[in-house]
Amino acid sequence: MEENDVKSKYKAIVIGGSAGSLSVLFEVFPALNPVLNVAIILVLHRKYSGDSSLSDLLSTKTLIPTKEIDDKDPILPGNIYLAPADYHLLIEKNYSFSLDVSEKINFSRPSLDVTFESAADTFGTSLIAILLSGSNDDGTAGLKTVKDAGGFIIAQKPESAQMAYMPQNAINNLEMDLILDSKGISDFINMLH
Amino acid sequence: MMIEDEEIDLLLDDVFEMYGYDFANYSRASLKRRIIRLFALDKFPSFAELRYRVRTEEDYLKRFIEEITVNVTEMFRDPSFYKVLRTHILPILGTKPFIRIWHAGCSTGEEVFSMAILLQEANLLRKSLLYATDLNPSVLEKVRKGIFPLNQMKQYSESYIASGGTKDFSTYYTANYGQAKLNEDLSEKIIISTHNLVSDSSFNEFDLILCRNVLIYFDKDLQERALKLFDESLGPLGYLALGSKETLKFSTIQSRYKQLDKEKIWKKTM
Repeated sequence: MEENDVKSKYKAIVIGGSAGSLSVLFEVFPALNPVLNVAIILVLHRKYSGDSSLSDLLSTKTLIPTKEIDDKDPILPGNIYLAPADYHLLIEKNYSFSLDVSEKINFSRPSLDVTFESAADTFGTSLIAILLSGSNDDGTAGLKTVKDAGGFIIAQKPESAQMAYMPQNAINNLEMDLILDSKGISDFINMLH
Repeated sequence: MMIEDEEIDLLLDDVFEMYGYDFANYSRASLKRRIIRLFALDKFPSFAELRYRVRTEEDYLKRFIEEITVNVTEMFRDPSFYKVLRTHILPILGTKPFIRIWHAGCSTGEEVFSMAILLQEANLLRKSLLYATDLNPSVLEKVRKGIFPLNQMKQYSESYIASGGTKDFSTYYTANYGQAKLNEDLSEKIIISTHNLVSDSSFNEFDLILCRNVLIYFDKDLQERALKLFDESLGPLGYLALGSKETLKFSTIQSRYKQLDKEKIWKKTM
């Protein structure tokens, strides 16, 4: 892939993670170049805690502005957005977020599939989707939609994941564009500059 | 299955022209997902067939409305919110001779009954009226019955306690065949009616309006319409409560409201 292509092409990176994904983000975030030309959208399975401490915690790991999403927030390059607990996260065609409290998907709300699918519909070929550590099936169907819409899909290298099941499930079922460990993920994102 | 946005537009035009339900300003990403879900659930061979069925069968329209609107709700969702109602809002409302509360977009009514429990515990239910409205008549039937799945009650009981409740939650319902029927006295002050935030106007003056996790299904223009409607429907010094990720921040009515600390509760100041 030509580096120039990469630079001009992508608008958003959606990162989906479940059990064991936080430690990956704690390695990836400090290694990111603080000047970012895309928006990073994080969707993590987590227990509802009623406060926003996770975004506070993540924001200590990077200089890139990091915030938990409110309904209808605009999606702007150069920011990291965290899906709130207990809502599905959808992406509107005008590059803003919509939240949804409909039924859990794959026992999860937010569901990674829901956001991957919605992001694929809006961003198409300008989307990168990354699936991290986890121990359920969520994410694979969504990555397929991203790929079908012309997006770029990456799985965490299962050997490097605390919970290999989730990225392995995607690798078994789809042709991934890349399989990377946390160092590989931060290098890849930095290459987008 | 790919469904084009233009096809969704045509379907929504039909629904509006034939039945008067206007979904044009609903949050499109969520609506599209619900329509695709219904399309798969009911195994339509083509999108044209779905459109035809909606156009020609009024009974199917009922199902369509039920399935594309989100009717997932729970009792005491966000217990800390209910705690603030208990400790900060109800004592102030309690000084009034009469309390009018509007649950706008109440769905199956779990939040209305949560409020009725709070009012009863504060000894205020007898001088209160709770208006429960939704655009969807089928969910209002469930509010009328006050029957919820028994398997939810354990979680509701935990949330009730986290909200500051001190009673045995099981005293609020009777269990029967997997269902929990909430006590009749909780329903006595609930007034149920259809009301569509897209097209209907203000119908009363309230001391507290709750509309939590409803505006997330609207685009910004429709959110603004609903907020103006709430503004017209709130008495002086009335309160407006929204969902935990919703805000008044970018609305034109914001200047007349003061937020309670970090809570999603705003007080009308003039």
